[in-house]
Order: sequence, then structure tokens, then C-alpha cells
Amino acid sequence: MSSAAPTTSPNSDTDKIMLAARELFCARDERVLFKNLNFDLPQGQVLQVQGSNGSGKTTLMRILCGLNDSYEGSIKWYGQEIEDQAASFFSSLLYIGHRVGVSKVLTPVENLRWSCSLKQAVSDEQIMDALKEVGLRGFEESPCYTLSAGQQQRVSLARLIISPASLWVLDEPFTTLDTKGVAMLEKIMQRQAQAGGAVMVTTHHSLSIAELTILSLG
Amino acid sequence: MTEKQTTTSAAFFATLKRDLLIAFKKKNDIVNPFMFFIIVVSLFPIGISPESDRLTEIAAGVIWISVLLASMLSMDNLYRSDYEDGSLEQLLLSPHPLFFLVLAKNISHWLVSGLPVVLVSPLLAYMLALPSEAYGTLVLSLLLGTPIMSLLGSIAVALTVGLGSRGLILAVITLPMSVPILIFGTLAVQSTLNSQSPIGYISLMLVMLSVSVSLAPLASAAALKISVN
Repeated sequence: MSSAAPTTSPNSDTDKIMLAARELFCARDERVLFKNLNFDLPQGQVLQVQGSNGSGKTTLMRILCGLNDSYEGSIKWYGQEIEDQAASFFSSLLYIGHRVGVSKVLTPVENLRWSCSLKQAVSDEQIMDALKEVGLRGFEESPCYTLSAGQQQRVSLARLIISPASLWVLDEPFTTLDTKGVAMLEKIMQRQAQAGGAVMVTTHHSLSIAELTILSLG
Repeated sequence: MTEKQTTTSAAFFATLKRDLLIAFKKKNDIVNPFMFFIIVVSLFPIGISPESDRLTEIAAGVIWISVLLASMLSMDNLYRSDYEDGSLEQLLLSPHPLFFLVLAKNISHWLVSGLPVVLVSPLLAYMLALPSEAYGTLVLSLLLGTPIMSLLGSIAVALTVGLGSRGLILAVITLPMSVPILIFGTLAVQSTLNSQSPIGYISLMLVMLSVSVSLAPLASAAALKISVN
């Protein structure tokens, strides 16, 4: 149960608003997760969603991606309803959830080849470079069941490096990462914001990113 | 960004290739239904009678029912692991029409679980003393019937993939839907045995296949969205 507003806004009002949510309301099993939730996500911003366990962070993320439709209110993508421009929205969106979307029987390269080509054409060099950047050099051809949870998370995060998507929705991307991994992901997120993209992220870490705005749920 | 976006056909083939790759890496997905089919069919001569007259009479029905049961066994592989590891969410968030991506998964499933069963069926028909003039009709009817089963089963799996304990529910949904295929498939073989043309039944199965290909992936896609919700 909450009403929330961005607490800081380092960017000026002239920034283009990518995603605007108005009067969002969501209840699960008669329990109100959030109501009157309003926020804007402009280009060049990292929006951190905070809240206690069970406050609806994951639900909010899934609602924004269109994976969950049990909500009321409006969500607009560049000022228009998402349904009217679904193809453009989905090709600009990259979502990484609790379940990272990495098949355990495939190798990191095979996983990325598929999950990236659902959105854009991708070359093997791009995949190799991205795996190197997330610190999985030498594991390119190992089946993912031989990798640790953190390494599987890194396979999924390699998609961030390959993808040209302008909106990232990341649900608890830090959970299984080590300190080096956390620093790496912060760097990638900052780079995305500086390039004019936007990131929405749930985490309990305090992020050291300049372009950060915080949204608090109940 | 837009100029780099893949075409729907590229996404279709990427999904097809991925699913085939997974199936070949998890060998038991291919081997289990196939072995199950062979074993079930082999039990009938032992349990009923090894006399070829009696076997000829039941051969088509036994093979068709065993195919149905074997396809049930492999159905769950279709979306379960994708649901559990989150790949299904990635699939749903693709900008491409879900129809084609689901169709790619269904085709891959059929190539892995349906086609091997069709290919081995003449051998089992020989074992059940089915007269050789009916082999062609049997294979043709299975070739049309097994993809229909994959497509219809896909709807049921998509509906139940989010449930914790599925147990028999998949069979309860799928088997009644498969009854028309069973009827036309066995009747086609019987009519060949009675020296009549099976063309009527085969055309009906062809119609059912075309309707399934064009509508079932839509239903599967809608069911997947509900399951992930």
C-alpha cells in the first residue's frame, strides 16, 4: 500500500519521457499492493524501485512489461498506449526477471544466440565480446548446468551488452552477483543511462549511479 | 535499432533450431516416448494372442492408441523447462507474432517425438501381422495425425504449465480432443484392409491438420499468456 513519487530528479523537465505510469492500482488476493502509483521514466535515467518483501516490486515490473495484466491505470510509452505500438515497445524492451531465461542444457553462446535473435540480428563476435565483458571467458562452450547461479545470471546480463534496447527492466539483477559483478552491472547501467536509454531496476543495494531516481513502494 | 531488428522468419528458425538443439542434448526427450511406443505395442501380442488373424484385426487400433499415449508422454517437455527457467517470458516479450514462435516449438516437438514414431510404425505393423498393403495408409494417416496431436496437445500443455501438480490433467484435456484423429486414422487403415479407398478419411485428416496448424498456435499463445500472468 503506497503512494510514491520520484524523490530526486537530476535531469531537467525537457527530457523525453519514455514510460509514464498513472494511477496504477494492483491488488492480489484482496490485498492492495499499490494504489495511486504515478511515475515517469525519462531517457537517461535509472529508476530504482525499493520496497519491503511482498510490496509488489516484481508485480510492478511484470505489469510494465505486459506479462501481468491484472492492474488498473494507464501506462504510456512515449505518450501512447502500449497496445497501439506493441511491436515497437517490445523491440525496445529488455526484461530480466527472477528466472533469468537461461536454458541449463545449452551453452552460454547457444542461449544468447536464441534469446538475442528474438529481438535483433546478432553475430557470434558480438556474443563472444559480451561474454568476455561479463567475465565468462573460457565458459562459452560449457553447458549452463555446470555454471554457478551467479555465472548463469551473468549469461543473462550479457544480453544487456548485446541488445540495443532502450528500456531495461531488471528484477533483482544483483542477487547472485559477487562484488565485482555488482560493480560491472552498475557500470553497464550507467553506460545505458548516459547513452540516452533508461533502466528500471529492483534491488536492495544502494546503487552508486549518478542518474539515479528512487521509487518507494510500501 | 529498427534496421537491426530480426525478421519474423529469423526468429522462427532461431526458435526451431534452439528447441531441436535442446532435444538432442536431452536425449531422453527423444528416446523415452519412442521406447514407450515400441514396448506398449509389443505387449499386445503377449497379452492377447500371438495368432496373426486376431492381431490383424486389432493392429491399426493398437498402433494408433499407442501413438496417442506416447505423445502424451512427451507433451510436457514442450513448455515446462522453458517456464521454469524463464525462457518462456523472453519468448512472450518478443516483438514477433507469438503464433509463429509457438508454431516453431510445435514443429520441433513433432520432429522429435512424432516423426520417429511414424517412421518405425511399419516395423510394428509387421509385428502385429498387418497386411502389407495397409502399410502405406497407416504411415500416411500417422503422418497427418501426429502433428495434429502435437498442435492440440500444445494448447493443453500451455494451459497447465503454470500449475504446480499437473498429474493426469494433461491427459484428461488432450485425450478427448484426440478422439476424432483416432477414429479417422483407424478407419482409414480398416478401409484399406477391406479393399476400399481410404481417400475420404485421409482428406478429412488433411482438413483437420490445416485447421490445427492455422488455429492451434493462436490458442496455445493465448494460453501461455494466461499461464505466465
